Amino acid sequence: MTPDQFITLEPAGVAFLLIVGFIGGLVSGFIGSGGAFVLTPGMMSLGVPGVVAVASNLCHKFPKALVGAWKRHKYGQVDIKLGLWMAATASLGMWWGAGIQQDIRSAYGEAGSNLYVSLAFVIVLTIVGLLVARDAARLASGRAVEGTSRLARWVQSIEIPGTMVYFRVARVRVSILFVLPLGFATGLLASTIAVGGFIGVPGMMYILGASSLVASATELVIAFVMGLGGTLKFALGGFVDIRLAMLILLGSLFGVQLGAIGTTFVRPHVIKVVMATVMLIVAISRALVVPVYLAQLGKMSLAEPTMTLLQRGSFAFMVLALVAGAFIIIGALLRGYRTARG
Amino acid sequence: MPAMRRPWIPLIASGVASTLCYGLLFAYQGEVMAAFTRTDGWYPLLPVVTALVFSLAHGAFTGYFWEVLGVKARTPAKPQLEE
Repeated sequence: MTPDQFITLEPAGVAFLLIVGFIGGLVSGFIGSGGAFVLTPGMMSLGVPGVVAVASNLCHKFPKALVGAWKRHKYGQVDIKLGLWMAATASLGMWWGAGIQQDIRSAYGEAGSNLYVSLAFVIVLTIVGLLVARDAARLASGRAVEGTSRLARWVQSIEIPGTMVYFRVARVRVSILFVLPLGFATGLLASTIAVGGFIGVPGMMYILGASSLVASATELVIAFVMGLGGTLKFALGGFVDIRLAMLILLGSLFGVQLGAIGTTFVRPHVIKVVMATVMLIVAISRALVVPVYLAQLGKMSLAEPTMTLLQRGSFAFMVLALVAGAFIIIGALLRGYRTARG
Repeated sequence: MPAMRRPWIPLIASGVASTLCYGLLFAYQGEVMAAFTRTDGWYPLLPVVTALVFSLAHGAFTGYFWEVLGVKARTPAKPQLEE
């Protein structure tokens, strides 16, 4: 791309990037991921071409993840070894997922690709979101304490000689043969819906047996590696708008620091509450636009005003997902802060 | 309770560094965009290196910012014990 193809920045657009950057950073500092699903379509609504929006989002994601991971590492929450093992195959998953996307786009066009992405959002986020919500509700009611799931206990009990690895911070000893596919799935999802953490974090919790605190912190290591690789890939095509990326980073580093601090004030189930809330609202948002893409593919008929309404509604739900997550985090932080001060 | 020492000097130093980064980026945005969108040689590394430099300067500033406001982690939290 040539520089004149990039947008002129207006004050309203700058304010939007700063605010969404801050809220996205707050959520990612707390649950390990978040923000991309609003930032990418948000930038596109400012007139930024899709590929530049994706590239610029990735370019803010890896430095944000770096700062968040460093902060939470200082609190003893990051399992670097687990993060790097997961990131190794996540990169492969991203590469494979990008290939699938390309095949779908060439076979069914842009609407087919959008439909695939939206269906992936709805199916994955509904299933995983409900699972996390059920667990969070049990913990919040005081009927249970955060422990190892039955599946994770089974995974930990499988001894495969030569493949067993102990993850010190996560306090988990598992075969690497379980970790690598999980990393691959995280990357695959990241290349499809831009938020791999929605699989990576629940996977580390329910399949490997890491706590929500360690899983959400370790996800930041994976996000850093994937964001760095993705930025380089897009920079090789000249697609990164560094101004957009650094403006988002301006707000998001305030948020990611606050989100990371917040994890030390709240009970672990709050991380799951935020994650489930964000995932389920985003699932509703993407479900709203499925009929639009079906209509564009000629599979059903829909009036133009209805399509516009559904698209606007979808974006509003995306924003709501982030804002709801941020409210829960700030509320929990304030309560925890008051309790800590007595 | 002992009075908390607030890191004013590191806050100001990192704030100046962060402001310089952003000031230079936007004062020379035409030149920056021309160089950063080149796809030959080592130019594609420019966005990556810039993002890392900004994360150092602005990351330090935002950390001290919350600390000066008195928003600090409760304790170095231990990872959750299972079972």
